[in-house]
Amino acid sequence: MTVVAWIVEATWPACVAAARRYASTDTDVVLLHVTDPNVADVAHGAYAGLLGRHHTHRDPGRQVENLASAAARKLLDEAATQLGRRCTEVERTGPVEREVVGAAEGAELLILARDGDLGHLGPRSLGHATRFIVDHAPCPVLLVWPTAPPAVTTLPPPPDP
Amino acid sequence: MAETCSAVLLIAVLAWAVIRPFGWPEAVIAVPAAAFAVVIGTISVGDAGNELARLAPVVGFLAAVLVLAQLCAAEGLFDWCGVWMARVARGRPGRLLLAVFAVASVVTAVFSLDATVVLLTPVVFATTARLAVRARPHVYACTHLSNTASLLLPVSNLTNLLAFSAVGLSFVRFAGLMAMPWIVAIALEYVVFRRYFAADLGVPPACGRAVGSTASKAEPVAPPWFAIATVAATLAGFVITSAAGVNPAWAAGAGALVLSLRALLRRRTTLSGIVSAADLPFLAFVLALAVVVRAVIDNGLDAALRGWLPHNTSLAGLLTIAALAAVLANVINNLPAVLVLVPLSAPAGAPVVLAVLIGVNIGPNLTYAGSLATLLWRRILRQHNHDAGLTDFTILGLLTVPAALVAAVVALWISLHVLGGYGP
Repeated sequence: MTVVAWIVEATWPACVAAARRYASTDTDVVLLHVTDPNVADVAHGAYAGLLGRHHTHRDPGRQVENLASAAARKLLDEAATQLGRRCTEVERTGPVEREVVGAAEGAELLILARDGDLGHLGPRSLGHATRFIVDHAPCPVLLVWPTAPPAVTTLPPPPDP
Repeated sequence: MAETCSAVLLIAVLAWAVIRPFGWPEAVIAVPAAAFAVVIGTISVGDAGNELARLAPVVGFLAAVLVLAQLCAAEGLFDWCGVWMARVARGRPGRLLLAVFAVASVVTAVFSLDATVVLLTPVVFATTARLAVRARPHVYACTHLSNTASLLLPVSNLTNLLAFSAVGLSFVRFAGLMAMPWIVAIALEYVVFRRYFAADLGVPPACGRAVGSTASKAEPVAPPWFAIATVAATLAGFVITSAAGVNPAWAAGAGALVLSLRALLRRRTTLSGIVSAADLPFLAFVLALAVVVRAVIDNGLDAALRGWLPHNTSLAGLLTIAALAAVLANVINNLPAVLVLVPLSAPAGAPVVLAVLIGVNIGPNLTYAGSLATLLWRRILRQHNHDAGLTDFTILGLLTVPAALVAAVVALWISLHVLGGYGP
Protein backbone atom coordinates (compact mmCIF):
# COMPACT_ATOMS: atom_id res chain seq x y z
CA MET A 1 0.00 0.00 0.00
CA THR A 2 1.19 3.50 -0.72
CA VAL A 3 0.44 6.98 0.53
CA VAL A 4 1.12 9.71 -1.99
CA ALA A 5 1.97 13.19 -0.73
CA TRP A 6 1.83 15.90 -3.39
CA ILE A 7 4.75 18.24 -2.80
CA VAL A 8 4.09 21.80 -3.97
CA GLU A 9 6.20 24.91 -3.39
CA ALA A 10 5.30 26.72 -0.16
CA THR A 11 2.56 24.38 1.07
CA TRP A 12 4.46 21.05 1.15
CA PRO A 13 5.57 20.97 4.83
CA ALA A 14 1.95 20.42 5.89
CA CYS A 15 1.67 17.41 3.56
CA VAL A 16 4.89 15.91 4.90
CA ALA A 17 3.65 16.44 8.46
CA ALA A 18 0.38 14.71 7.56
CA ALA A 19 2.25 11.80 5.97
CA ARG A 20 4.33 11.36 9.13
CA ARG A 21 1.18 11.37 11.17
CA TYR A 22 -1.22 9.27 9.11
CA ALA A 23 0.90 6.84 7.08
CA SER A 24 1.49 3.67 9.08
CA THR A 25 5.08 2.48 9.26
CA ASP A 26 4.54 -0.41 6.85
CA THR A 27 3.18 1.78 4.01
CA ASP A 28 5.31 3.21 1.26
CA VAL A 29 5.29 6.97 1.20
CA VAL A 30 5.62 8.51 -2.25
CA LEU A 31 6.67 12.15 -2.39
CA LEU A 32 5.38 13.46 -5.72
CA HIS A 33 6.41 16.67 -7.41
CA VAL A 34 4.96 17.74 -10.76
CA THR A 35 6.68 20.40 -12.85
CA ASP A 36 4.35 22.56 -14.90
CA PRO A 37 5.83 22.61 -18.44
CA ASN A 38 3.86 25.74 -19.25
CA VAL A 39 6.30 27.91 -17.35
CA ALA A 40 9.23 26.91 -19.56
CA ASP A 41 6.91 26.99 -22.58
CA VAL A 42 6.03 30.61 -21.92
CA ALA A 43 9.75 31.41 -21.93
CA HIS A 44 10.17 29.40 -25.18
CA GLY A 45 7.21 31.28 -26.67
CA ALA A 46 8.54 34.71 -25.73
CA TYR A 47 11.85 33.83 -27.38
CA ALA A 48 10.05 32.57 -30.50
CA GLY A 49 8.32 35.96 -30.68
CA LEU A 50 11.66 37.72 -31.19
CA LEU A 51 11.74 37.56 -34.98
CA GLY A 52 15.23 37.38 -36.44
CA ARG A 53 17.17 36.48 -33.28
CA HIS A 54 16.96 32.70 -33.25
CA HIS A 55 20.27 31.61 -34.64
CA THR A 56 21.99 32.56 -31.38
CA HIS A 57 20.50 29.63 -29.44
CA ARG A 58 19.93 31.60 -26.31
CA ASP A 59 16.44 30.24 -25.68
CA PRO A 60 15.64 31.13 -22.04
CA GLY A 61 13.07 28.29 -22.00
CA ARG A 62 15.87 25.75 -21.95
CA GLN A 63 17.50 27.44 -18.97
CA VAL A 64 14.14 27.52 -17.19
CA GLU A 65 13.68 23.79 -17.86
CA ASN A 66 17.08 22.99 -16.32
CA LEU A 67 16.48 25.25 -13.34
CA ALA A 68 13.01 23.76 -12.82
CA SER A 69 14.29 20.23 -12.77
CA ALA A 70 17.04 21.14 -10.28
CA ALA A 71 14.52 22.99 -8.10
CA ALA A 72 12.14 20.01 -8.12
CA ARG A 73 14.91 17.64 -7.01
CA LYS A 74 15.95 20.00 -4.23
CA LEU A 75 12.37 20.36 -3.01
CA LEU A 76 11.84 16.60 -2.98
CA ASP A 77 15.12 16.06 -1.10
CA GLU A 78 14.12 18.62 1.51
CA ALA A 79 10.72 16.97 1.87
CA ALA A 80 12.35 13.55 2.24
CA THR A 81 14.64 14.87 4.95
CA GLN A 82 11.68 16.40 6.73
CA LEU A 83 9.75 13.13 6.47
CA GLY A 84 12.60 11.31 8.18
CA ARG A 85 11.75 7.83 6.94
CA ARG A 86 12.23 5.71 3.86
CA CYS A 87 10.22 7.03 0.93
CA THR A 88 10.12 7.18 -2.85
CA GLU A 89 10.69 10.50 -4.60
CA VAL A 90 8.76 10.81 -7.85
CA GLU A 91 9.33 13.70 -10.25
CA ARG A 92 6.90 14.18 -13.11
CA THR A 93 6.45 16.81 -15.80
CA GLY A 94 3.12 17.53 -17.45
CA PRO A 95 -0.31 19.05 -16.87
CA VAL A 96 -0.12 19.22 -13.08
CA GLU A 97 -3.62 18.13 -12.10
CA ARG A 98 -3.68 15.19 -14.52
CA GLU A 99 -0.23 13.97 -13.50
CA VAL A 100 -1.22 14.01 -9.81
CA VAL A 101 -4.45 12.08 -10.49
CA GLY A 102 -2.47 9.59 -12.59
CA ALA A 103 0.19 9.16 -9.91
CA ALA A 104 -2.47 8.52 -7.27
CA GLU A 105 -3.88 5.51 -9.10
CA GLY A 106 -3.93 2.49 -6.78
CA ALA A 107 -2.79 4.54 -3.79
CA GLU A 108 -4.27 4.11 -0.34
CA LEU A 109 -4.35 7.81 0.29
CA LEU A 110 -3.47 11.05 -1.50
CA ILE A 111 -2.38 13.93 0.71
CA LEU A 112 -2.55 17.45 -0.59
CA ALA A 113 -2.61 20.92 0.88
CA ARG A 114 -5.19 23.63 0.43
CA ASP A 115 -4.00 26.49 -1.69
CA GLY A 116 -5.62 29.53 -3.16
CA ASP A 117 -6.59 32.49 -1.03
CA LEU A 118 -6.34 31.02 2.46
CA GLY A 119 -8.09 34.02 3.97
CA HIS A 120 -11.18 33.26 1.91
CA LEU A 121 -12.80 30.11 3.24
CA GLY A 122 -15.14 29.38 0.40
CA PRO A 123 -17.03 28.69 -1.70
CA ARG A 124 -14.53 28.25 -4.54
CA SER A 125 -11.56 28.52 -2.22
CA LEU A 126 -9.20 26.02 -3.84
CA GLY A 127 -6.77 26.70 -6.64
CA HIS A 128 -7.63 25.25 -10.04
CA ALA A 129 -5.32 22.21 -9.94
CA THR A 130 -6.23 21.30 -6.37
CA ARG A 131 -9.94 21.52 -7.13
CA PHE A 132 -9.51 19.26 -10.17
CA ILE A 133 -7.57 16.69 -8.18
CA VAL A 134 -10.11 16.63 -5.35
CA ASP A 135 -12.85 16.12 -7.94
CA HIS A 136 -11.11 13.36 -9.90
CA ALA A 137 -8.85 11.56 -7.44
CA PRO A 138 -9.04 7.76 -7.83
CA CYS A 139 -8.47 7.22 -4.10
CA PRO A 140 -9.32 8.77 -0.73
CA VAL A 141 -7.99 12.30 -0.38
CA LEU A 142 -6.64 14.01 2.71
CA LEU A 143 -6.85 17.77 2.30
CA VAL A 144 -4.74 19.54 4.91
CA TRP A 145 -4.30 23.16 5.87
CA PRO A 146 -0.85 24.53 5.14
CA THR A 147 -1.32 26.90 8.08
CA ALA A 148 -3.28 26.45 11.31
CA PRO A 149 -6.86 25.51 10.37
CA PRO A 150 -9.52 28.16 11.00
CA ALA A 151 -11.65 28.14 14.14
CA VAL A 152 -15.29 27.06 13.96
CA THR A 153 -16.27 30.63 14.78
CA THR A 154 -15.22 31.64 11.26
CA LEU A 155 -18.30 29.87 9.87
CA PRO A 156 -20.59 32.28 8.06
CA PRO A 157 -24.13 32.63 9.44
CA PRO A 158 -26.56 30.06 8.02
CA PRO A 159 -28.56 31.27 5.03
CA ASP A 160 -32.07 32.49 5.71
CA PRO A 161 -34.61 29.68 5.27
CA MET B 1 4.36 42.07 -61.88
CA ALA B 2 6.53 44.16 -59.55
CA GLU B 3 3.71 43.94 -56.98
CA THR B 4 3.69 40.17 -57.06
CA CYS B 5 7.46 39.85 -57.02
CA SER B 6 7.92 42.13 -54.05
CA ALA B 7 5.11 40.41 -52.14
CA VAL B 8 6.57 36.96 -52.83
CA LEU B 9 9.99 38.12 -51.64
CA LEU B 10 8.50 39.47 -48.39
CA ILE B 11 6.56 36.28 -47.77
CA ALA B 12 9.70 34.20 -48.40
CA VAL B 13 11.74 36.31 -45.97
CA LEU B 14 9.09 36.11 -43.24
CA ALA B 15 8.46 32.41 -43.77
CA TRP B 16 12.17 31.68 -43.50
CA ALA B 17 12.40 33.75 -40.32
CA VAL B 18 9.55 31.78 -38.77
CA ILE B 19 10.56 28.33 -40.01
CA ARG B 20 14.35 28.75 -39.74
CA PRO B 21 15.35 25.80 -41.92
CA PHE B 22 18.46 24.01 -40.60
CA GLY B 23 18.67 26.62 -37.86
CA TRP B 24 20.38 29.00 -40.29
CA PRO B 25 20.32 32.74 -39.56
CA GLU B 26 17.31 34.65 -40.82
CA ALA B 27 19.65 36.92 -42.81
CA VAL B 28 20.63 34.02 -45.09
CA ILE B 29 17.49 34.54 -47.14
CA ALA B 30 16.69 38.15 -46.22
CA VAL B 31 19.91 39.66 -47.58
CA PRO B 32 19.78 37.89 -50.98
CA ALA B 33 16.06 38.71 -51.18
CA ALA B 34 16.79 42.41 -50.67
CA ALA B 35 19.56 42.27 -53.28
CA PHE B 36 17.23 40.45 -55.67
CA ALA B 37 14.53 43.11 -55.18
CA VAL B 38 17.06 45.72 -56.29
CA VAL B 39 18.30 43.63 -59.23
CA ILE B 40 14.83 43.01 -60.66
CA GLY B 41 13.96 46.64 -60.09
CA THR B 42 11.06 46.36 -57.63
CA ILE B 43 13.00 48.94 -55.66
CA SER B 44 15.48 51.34 -57.22
CA VAL B 45 19.11 51.42 -56.13
CA GLY B 46 18.58 54.96 -54.90
CA ASP B 47 15.54 54.09 -52.79
CA ALA B 48 17.24 51.03 -51.32
CA GLY B 49 20.30 53.16 -50.56
CA ASN B 50 18.16 55.81 -48.88
CA GLU B 51 16.44 53.18 -46.79
CA LEU B 52 19.78 51.69 -45.71
CA ALA B 53 21.23 55.14 -44.98
CA ARG B 54 18.20 56.03 -42.88
CA LEU B 55 18.34 52.77 -40.93
CA ALA B 56 22.11 52.49 -40.46
CA PRO B 57 22.11 54.67 -37.32
CA VAL B 58 19.09 52.76 -36.01
CA VAL B 59 20.90 49.47 -36.43
CA GLY B 60 24.02 50.91 -34.83
CA PHE B 61 21.91 52.05 -31.89
CA LEU B 62 20.42 48.57 -31.64
CA ALA B 63 23.86 46.93 -31.69
CA ALA B 64 25.07 49.22 -28.91
CA VAL B 65 22.07 48.38 -26.71
CA LEU B 66 22.49 44.63 -27.32
CA VAL B 67 26.18 44.83 -26.34
CA LEU B 68 25.36 47.00 -23.31
CA ALA B 69 22.78 44.47 -22.05
CA GLN B 70 25.05 41.48 -22.60
CA LEU B 71 28.00 43.10 -20.82
CA CYS B 72 25.77 44.19 -17.94
CA ALA B 73 24.72 40.55 -17.63
CA ALA B 74 28.40 39.56 -17.58
CA GLU B 75 29.00 42.15 -14.84
CA GLY B 76 26.31 40.39 -12.80
CA LEU B 77 23.67 43.12 -13.02
CA PHE B 78 20.76 40.75 -13.64
CA ASP B 79 21.87 38.27 -10.98
CA TRP B 80 22.04 41.17 -8.58
CA CYS B 81 18.47 42.10 -9.63
CA GLY B 82 17.47 38.56 -8.63
CA VAL B 83 19.02 38.94 -5.20
CA TRP B 84 17.37 42.34 -4.80
CA MET B 85 13.95 40.95 -5.78
CA ALA B 86 14.34 38.09 -3.29
CA ARG B 87 15.28 40.51 -0.52
CA VAL B 88 12.39 42.88 -1.23
CA ALA B 89 9.92 39.99 -1.46
CA ARG B 90 10.71 38.65 2.04
CA GLY B 91 9.24 35.32 0.98
CA ARG B 92 5.85 36.76 0.06
CA PRO B 93 4.75 35.88 -3.49
CA GLY B 94 2.67 39.06 -3.77
CA ARG B 95 5.62 41.26 -2.90
CA LEU B 96 7.82 39.27 -5.26
CA LEU B 97 5.38 39.94 -8.09
CA LEU B 98 5.60 43.66 -7.36
CA ALA B 99 9.41 43.45 -7.41
CA VAL B 100 9.35 41.47 -10.67
CA PHE B 101 7.05 44.08 -12.21
CA ALA B 102 9.40 46.88 -11.14
CA VAL B 103 12.56 45.17 -12.36
CA ALA B 104 11.11 43.82 -15.62
CA SER B 105 9.61 47.23 -16.46
CA VAL B 106 12.91 49.05 -15.90
CA VAL B 107 15.03 46.38 -17.62
CA THR B 108 12.73 46.37 -20.65
CA ALA B 109 12.67 50.16 -20.86
CA VAL B 110 16.45 50.55 -20.55
CA PHE B 111 17.87 47.42 -22.22
CA SER B 112 15.00 46.52 -24.59
CA LEU B 113 12.65 43.57 -24.57
CA ASP B 114 15.36 41.14 -25.70
CA ALA B 115 17.15 41.59 -22.38
CA THR B 116 13.99 40.82 -20.41
CA VAL B 117 13.16 37.73 -22.45
CA VAL B 118 16.66 36.27 -22.74
CA LEU B 119 18.55 37.54 -19.70
CA LEU B 120 15.98 38.38 -17.01
CA THR B 121 13.44 35.54 -17.32
CA PRO B 122 15.85 32.77 -16.16
CA VAL B 123 16.95 35.00 -13.25
CA VAL B 124 13.33 35.52 -12.22
CA PHE B 125 12.68 31.78 -12.38
CA ALA B 126 15.79 31.07 -10.30
CA THR B 127 14.59 33.63 -7.74
CA THR B 128 11.20 31.92 -7.40
CA ALA B 129 12.97 28.58 -6.95
CA ARG B 130 15.24 30.03 -4.27
CA LEU B 131 12.27 31.48 -2.40
CA ALA B 132 10.30 28.24 -2.96
CA VAL B 133 7.30 30.14 -4.33
CA ARG B 134 5.30 29.20 -7.41
CA ALA B 135 6.98 30.42 -10.56
CA ARG B 136 4.01 30.79 -12.90
CA PRO B 137 2.85 34.38 -12.18
CA HIS B 138 6.38 35.74 -12.16
CA VAL B 139 7.53 34.12 -15.41
CA TYR B 140 4.30 35.13 -17.15
CA ALA B 141 4.88 38.67 -15.86
CA CYS B 142 8.33 38.77 -17.52
CA THR B 143 6.84 37.73 -20.85
CA HIS B 144 4.00 40.22 -20.72
CA LEU B 145 6.16 43.10 -19.52
CA SER B 146 8.78 42.48 -22.20
CA ASN B 147 6.07 43.76 -24.54
CA THR B 148 3.97 46.14 -22.42
CA ALA B 149 6.93 47.84 -20.73
CA SER B 150 8.69 48.43 -24.05
CA LEU B 151 6.70 51.62 -24.68
CA LEU B 152 8.83 54.07 -22.74
CA LEU B 153 12.09 54.82 -24.56
CA PRO B 154 13.18 54.60 -28.18
CA VAL B 155 15.69 51.93 -27.07
CA SER B 156 13.08 49.76 -25.33
CA ASN B 157 12.01 48.01 -28.51
CA LEU B 158 13.35 47.77 -32.04
CA THR B 159 9.89 48.86 -33.20
CA ASN B 160 10.38 52.14 -31.31
CA LEU B 161 13.84 52.68 -32.81
CA LEU B 162 12.46 52.18 -36.32
CA ALA B 163 9.60 54.61 -35.74
CA PHE B 164 11.74 57.08 -33.80
CA SER B 165 13.97 57.61 -36.81
CA ALA B 166 10.96 58.36 -38.98
CA VAL B 167 8.99 60.88 -36.94
CA GLY B 168 11.64 63.36 -35.86
CA LEU B 169 10.80 63.39 -32.15
CA SER B 170 13.67 63.95 -29.76
CA PHE B 171 14.59 61.15 -27.34
CA VAL B 172 13.31 63.09 -24.35
CA ARG B 173 10.09 64.11 -26.08
CA PHE B 174 9.40 60.51 -27.08
CA ALA B 175 9.94 59.37 -23.49
CA GLY B 176 7.81 62.22 -22.16
CA LEU B 177 4.85 61.38 -24.39
CA MET B 178 5.13 57.64 -23.74
CA ALA B 179 5.69 57.84 -19.96
CA MET B 180 2.03 57.95 -19.03
CA PRO B 181 0.94 55.20 -21.48
CA TRP B 182 3.83 53.08 -20.12
CA ILE B 183 2.81 53.48 -16.48
CA VAL B 184 -0.91 53.05 -17.16
CA ALA B 185 -0.39 49.85 -19.21
CA ILE B 186 1.93 48.32 -16.60
CA ALA B 187 -0.46 49.19 -13.75
CA LEU B 188 -3.30 47.55 -15.64
CA GLU B 189 -1.25 44.40 -16.19
CA TYR B 190 -0.45 44.34 -12.49
CA VAL B 191 -4.09 44.52 -11.44
CA VAL B 192 -5.05 41.71 -13.84
CA PHE B 193 -2.10 39.52 -12.75
CA ARG B 194 -2.94 39.93 -9.05
CA ARG B 195 -6.47 38.71 -9.68
CA TYR B 196 -5.72 36.06 -12.30
CA PHE B 197 -2.96 34.40 -10.25
CA ALA B 198 -4.64 34.93 -6.87
CA ALA B 199 -4.44 31.21 -6.07
CA ASP B 200 -0.67 31.11 -6.67
CA LEU B 201 -0.02 34.42 -4.94
CA GLY B 202 -2.33 33.88 -1.98
CA VAL B 203 -0.26 31.23 -0.25
CA PRO B 204 1.34 32.94 2.76
CA PRO B 205 5.08 32.53 3.36
CA ALA B 206 4.48 31.07 6.80
CA CYS B 207 3.48 27.77 5.13
CA GLY B 208 6.93 27.24 3.75
CA ARG B 209 8.52 27.85 7.12
CA ALA B 210 5.97 26.09 9.29
CA VAL B 211 8.11 23.03 9.72
CA GLY B 212 11.46 24.09 8.41
CA SER B 213 12.69 26.91 6.27
CA THR B 214 12.66 25.99 2.61
CA ALA B 215 13.76 29.35 1.39
CA SER B 216 17.51 29.29 1.41
CA LYS B 217 19.06 32.60 2.27
CA ALA B 218 20.36 34.55 -0.67
CA GLU B 219 24.05 35.24 -0.32
CA PRO B 220 24.74 38.95 -0.07
CA VAL B 221 25.96 40.17 -3.44
CA ALA B 222 27.63 43.53 -3.88
CA PRO B 223 25.80 45.66 -6.42
CA PRO B 224 27.72 45.84 -9.72
CA TRP B 225 28.34 49.57 -9.28
CA PHE B 226 30.42 49.99 -12.41
CA ALA B 227 27.67 48.60 -14.64
CA ILE B 228 24.98 50.59 -12.82
CA ALA B 229 27.01 53.81 -13.12
CA THR B 230 27.68 53.20 -16.81
CA VAL B 231 24.00 52.59 -17.52
CA ALA B 232 23.02 55.70 -15.52
CA ALA B 233 25.59 57.74 -17.45
CA THR B 234 24.27 56.32 -20.73
CA LEU B 235 20.71 57.34 -19.80
CA ALA B 236 21.97 60.82 -18.90
CA GLY B 237 23.79 60.78 -22.24
CA PHE B 238 20.47 60.16 -24.02
CA VAL B 239 19.06 63.32 -22.43
CA ILE B 240 22.17 65.41 -23.17
CA THR B 241 22.58 64.26 -26.79
CA SER B 242 18.89 64.76 -27.31
CA ALA B 243 19.10 68.35 -25.99
CA ALA B 244 22.18 69.01 -28.12
CA GLY B 245 20.49 67.66 -31.25
CA VAL B 246 22.98 64.78 -31.56
CA ASN B 247 21.87 61.23 -32.32
CA PRO B 248 21.44 59.45 -28.94
CA ALA B 249 22.95 56.33 -30.54
CA TRP B 250 26.33 57.90 -29.71
CA ALA B 251 25.49 57.80 -26.00
CA ALA B 252 24.56 54.12 -26.26
CA GLY B 253 27.75 53.49 -28.22
CA ALA B 254 29.85 55.24 -25.57
CA GLY B 255 28.22 53.18 -22.79
CA ALA B 256 28.83 49.95 -24.69
CA LEU B 257 32.43 51.00 -25.38
CA VAL B 258 33.18 51.73 -21.71
CA LEU B 259 31.79 48.35 -20.58
CA SER B 260 33.56 46.57 -23.45
CA LEU B 261 36.94 48.09 -22.56
CA ARG B 262 36.51 47.13 -18.91
CA ALA B 263 35.47 43.58 -19.79
CA LEU B 264 38.37 43.23 -22.23
CA LEU B 265 40.91 44.61 -19.72
CA ARG B 266 39.65 42.23 -17.08
CA ARG B 267 39.66 39.41 -19.62
CA ARG B 268 36.00 38.70 -18.93
CA THR B 269 35.21 38.71 -22.62
CA THR B 270 36.92 38.66 -25.98
CA LEU B 271 36.51 40.85 -29.01
CA SER B 272 34.63 38.04 -30.72
CA GLY B 273 32.36 37.78 -27.67
CA ILE B 274 31.45 41.45 -28.06
CA VAL B 275 30.89 41.10 -31.80
CA SER B 276 28.67 38.10 -31.19
CA ALA B 277 26.68 40.09 -28.58
CA ALA B 278 26.07 42.75 -31.26
CA ASP B 279 24.42 39.99 -33.29
CA LEU B 280 25.49 41.02 -36.80
CA PRO B 281 23.22 38.50 -38.60
CA PHE B 282 20.23 40.04 -36.81
CA LEU B 283 21.31 43.56 -37.79
CA ALA B 284 21.68 42.41 -41.41
CA PHE B 285 18.24 40.81 -41.21
CA VAL B 286 16.67 44.07 -40.00
CA LEU B 287 18.24 46.09 -42.82
CA ALA B 288 17.33 43.52 -45.48
CA LEU B 289 13.77 43.13 -44.18
CA ALA B 290 13.38 46.91 -44.27
CA VAL B 291 14.43 47.04 -47.94
CA VAL B 292 12.07 44.19 -48.87
CA VAL B 293 9.16 45.81 -47.01
CA ARG B 294 9.94 49.14 -48.67
CA ALA B 295 9.66 47.45 -52.08
CA VAL B 296 6.22 46.06 -51.15
CA ILE B 297 5.03 49.45 -49.89
CA ASP B 298 6.20 51.26 -53.03
CA ASN B 299 4.59 48.63 -55.27
CA GLY B 300 0.99 49.06 -54.30
CA LEU B 301 0.65 48.33 -50.58
CA ASP B 302 0.88 52.03 -49.89
CA ALA B 303 -2.05 52.80 -52.20
CA ALA B 304 -4.01 49.79 -50.97
CA LEU B 305 -3.68 50.58 -47.28
CA ARG B 306 -3.75 54.34 -47.33
CA GLY B 307 -7.49 54.47 -47.59
CA TRP B 308 -7.83 52.14 -44.63
CA LEU B 309 -5.58 53.98 -42.24
CA PRO B 310 -7.19 56.71 -40.17
CA HIS B 311 -5.11 59.84 -40.46
CA ASN B 312 -6.83 61.97 -37.89
CA THR B 313 -5.38 62.44 -34.46
CA SER B 314 -8.67 62.40 -32.60
CA LEU B 315 -8.96 59.88 -29.77
CA ALA B 316 -11.10 57.62 -31.97
CA GLY B 317 -8.54 57.82 -34.77
CA LEU B 318 -5.66 56.94 -32.46
CA LEU B 319 -7.62 54.03 -30.95
CA THR B 320 -8.43 52.68 -34.40
CA ILE B 321 -4.86 52.79 -35.64
CA ALA B 322 -3.54 51.21 -32.41
CA ALA B 323 -6.05 48.37 -32.75
CA LEU B 324 -5.14 47.89 -36.40
CA ALA B 325 -1.43 47.81 -35.55
CA ALA B 326 -2.08 45.27 -32.79
CA VAL B 327 -3.97 43.00 -35.19
CA LEU B 328 -1.27 43.21 -37.85
CA ALA B 329 1.46 42.51 -35.25
CA ASN B 330 -0.44 39.42 -34.14
CA VAL B 331 -0.87 38.07 -37.64
CA ILE B 332 2.78 38.28 -38.74
CA ASN B 333 5.01 39.83 -36.12
CA ASN B 334 5.47 43.34 -34.83
CA LEU B 335 8.74 43.92 -36.70
CA PRO B 336 7.31 43.71 -40.25
CA ALA B 337 4.12 45.34 -38.95
CA VAL B 338 5.98 48.43 -37.83
CA LEU B 339 8.02 48.55 -41.05
CA VAL B 340 4.76 48.61 -43.02
CA LEU B 341 2.80 50.97 -40.79
CA VAL B 342 5.37 53.63 -39.94
CA PRO B 343 5.95 54.96 -43.48
CA LEU B 344 2.19 54.99 -44.02
CA SER B 345 1.36 56.77 -40.79
CA ALA B 346 4.37 59.10 -40.51
CA PRO B 347 2.84 61.77 -42.81
CA ALA B 348 -0.09 62.03 -40.37
CA GLY B 349 2.33 63.06 -37.63
CA ALA B 350 3.96 61.79 -34.47
CA PRO B 351 0.73 61.12 -32.51
CA VAL B 352 -0.40 58.54 -35.07
CA VAL B 353 3.01 56.85 -35.12
CA LEU B 354 3.04 56.65 -31.33
CA ALA B 355 -0.40 55.04 -31.43
CA VAL B 356 0.98 52.51 -33.93
CA LEU B 357 3.78 51.75 -31.46
CA ILE B 358 1.30 51.20 -28.63
CA GLY B 359 -0.49 48.71 -30.88
CA VAL B 360 2.57 46.78 -32.07
CA ASN B 361 4.24 46.72 -28.65
CA ILE B 362 1.30 45.70 -26.44
CA GLY B 363 -0.49 43.65 -29.10
CA PRO B 364 1.85 40.61 -29.20
CA ASN B 365 0.72 39.62 -25.68
CA LEU B 366 -2.45 38.38 -27.31
CA THR B 367 -0.74 35.54 -29.16
CA TYR B 368 1.50 32.97 -27.63
CA ALA B 369 4.90 33.17 -29.37
CA GLY B 370 4.35 36.70 -30.60
CA SER B 371 2.35 36.03 -33.73
CA LEU B 372 -0.14 33.64 -35.24
CA ALA B 373 2.37 32.66 -37.92
CA THR B 374 4.95 31.54 -35.35
CA LEU B 375 2.29 29.87 -33.25
CA LEU B 376 0.97 27.84 -36.17
CA TRP B 377 4.44 26.77 -37.16
CA ARG B 378 5.27 25.71 -33.60
CA ARG B 379 2.11 23.64 -33.51
CA ILE B 380 3.01 22.00 -36.81
CA LEU B 381 6.40 21.14 -35.32
CA ARG B 382 4.68 20.01 -32.13
CA GLN B 383 7.15 22.01 -30.12
CA HIS B 384 4.22 23.09 -28.09
CA ASN B 385 1.83 20.38 -26.99
CA HIS B 386 0.35 21.87 -23.89
CA ASP B 387 -3.07 23.20 -24.69
CA ALA B 388 -3.61 24.29 -21.12
CA GLY B 389 -0.70 26.69 -21.40
CA LEU B 390 -1.99 28.08 -24.65
CA THR B 391 -5.43 28.62 -23.13
CA ASP B 392 -3.93 30.23 -20.05
CA PHE B 393 -1.79 32.56 -22.10
CA THR B 394 -4.63 33.50 -24.44
CA ILE B 395 -7.08 34.22 -21.61
CA LEU B 396 -4.48 36.38 -19.92
CA GLY B 397 -3.91 38.14 -23.24
CA LEU B 398 -7.62 38.77 -23.74
CA LEU B 399 -7.88 40.15 -20.20
CA THR B 400 -4.93 42.52 -20.56
CA VAL B 401 -4.34 43.51 -24.20
CA PRO B 402 -7.60 45.25 -25.21
CA ALA B 403 -7.82 47.05 -21.88
CA ALA B 404 -4.14 48.03 -21.90
CA LEU B 405 -4.40 49.25 -25.51
CA VAL B 406 -7.34 51.51 -24.74
CA ALA B 407 -5.86 52.76 -21.48
CA ALA B 408 -2.46 53.46 -23.07
CA VAL B 409 -3.96 55.28 -26.06
CA VAL B 410 -6.15 57.42 -23.80
CA ALA B 411 -3.05 58.17 -21.70
CA LEU B 412 -1.17 59.11 -24.89
CA TRP B 413 -4.02 61.37 -25.97
CA ILE B 414 -3.96 63.12 -22.58
CA SER B 415 -0.16 63.43 -22.73
CA LEU B 416 -0.40 64.94 -26.20
CA HIS B 417 -2.82 67.54 -24.91
CA VAL B 418 -0.90 68.29 -21.73
CA LEU B 419 2.54 68.37 -23.36
CA GLY B 420 1.31 69.87 -26.60
CA GLY B 421 2.38 67.05 -28.87
CA TYR B 422 0.13 68.08 -31.70
CA GLY B 423 2.32 70.99 -32.59
CA PRO B 424 5.40 70.72 -34.77
